[in-house]
Amino acid sequence: MGLFSKTVSMARYKVDGKFEGQILETVAGGLKKNMVPEIDGKPVEKAVGWTSFENPFEPGFKGSSFSIGTYLVFSMRIDRKVIPAKVIKKHIAVEVAKLLAVSGRNFFSKDEKKAIKERVINALTIRIPATPNVYDILWDYEDAKIWFFSSLKAANEEFETLFARSFNLTPIRLFPYTMAELTAGLTHAQRDALSNISSTKFAK
Amino acid sequence: MLDISFAYSRYKFLGNEFLTWLWFIIEQDRERLKQIEKDLVFLHIGNRIVLENKINDAVETITILGDDAGLEEGILSLGKGAVVTEINLLYKSGDNEWRFTIKGESMNISNLKIPETAIVESSEDIEGMVLEKAYLYEKVTKLIDTLFNEFIKLRVSGKWSEHIVPEIKKWIYSEEK
Repeated sequence: MGLFSKTVSMARYKVDGKFEGQILETVAGGLKKNMVPEIDGKPVEKAVGWTSFENPFEPGFKGSSFSIGTYLVFSMRIDRKVIPAKVIKKHIAVEVAKLLAVSGRNFFSKDEKKAIKERVINALTIRIPATPNVYDILWDYEDAKIWFFSSLKAANEEFETLFARSFNLTPIRLFPYTMAELTAGLTHAQRDALSNISSTKFAK
Repeated sequence: MLDISFAYSRYKFLGNEFLTWLWFIIEQDRERLKQIEKDLVFLHIGNRIVLENKINDAVETITILGDDAGLEEGILSLGKGAVVTEINLLYKSGDNEWRFTIKGESMNISNLKIPETAIVESSEDIEGMVLEKAYLYEKVTKLIDTLFNEFIKLRVSGKWSEHIVPEIKKWIYSEEK
């Protein structure tokens, strides 16, 4: 589900920290440096990185194409190769049978079996195409706020890590406490009161 | 500011109390809603409301589904000590209508349906579409923020236990009868 979907889910963030240097240049640098790498045909199980909103399967950030008004629009892509356990099991069995026949032995040691398993997984990882998941991001840099178009915990955690690494800024997830602290405009006295409250009983 | 993961657990109850208060406001104090959002036509409970009641170590979850579902069972649950943990809302401002679900604990917004927008036919349409969508998302997140700001200021004030909680209790037990 993304920014243009008919139905969306979102988590919201407040960005902590200030840009060093020009905004667009800094963001472009962070996006390009952390662009999602291609892992098809490689022995890599997972890749996480930025991609363009317009063409998520052809990552690239020409000029300031990601800037629209006061918004920065781009996407995070997580590519993952998932090999079903039964496929791994089958290929290991085939490989073990083949190697036993060639070597004339009756069995392999634990370490040898482990090495065969790793080799099989590696070979399958190269052959299997990665499944991509794309998550859109709308960043209002004037108000330092972000809409991340997914509420999946794992995707949000990947986003937080990648964002901090790319731009040297911390995205703070907005949930009840952080909304009260960062966006509700509470006074010092109200914040002190917040630190002491406990849950209310609405029942008699 | 507190450590984020500690604060998330420590203040989980705040979001649920916010949604419980919001239900009360929607049912009992529509004038206040109009003061909060000038263009508001309506804010209704939608097709889903989830409540949770912690009894000792066990958690009882009550889910009410359906566009015309009666909410009496939800009120009964509130009377037994439950709080709202998730709520689906219908919001109309001017000529536009939104439908969305908020989860109390995380304040995540899901199943958000915004008013119809034009269809993107070429890459030249993208810029305009992003701005239009952003405006429509902004509108609903602004409503949530304004409502939450109103709630949190009440929640940390003396008014909460002196006036608001008794009013909510009065509502719960009058609806139960």
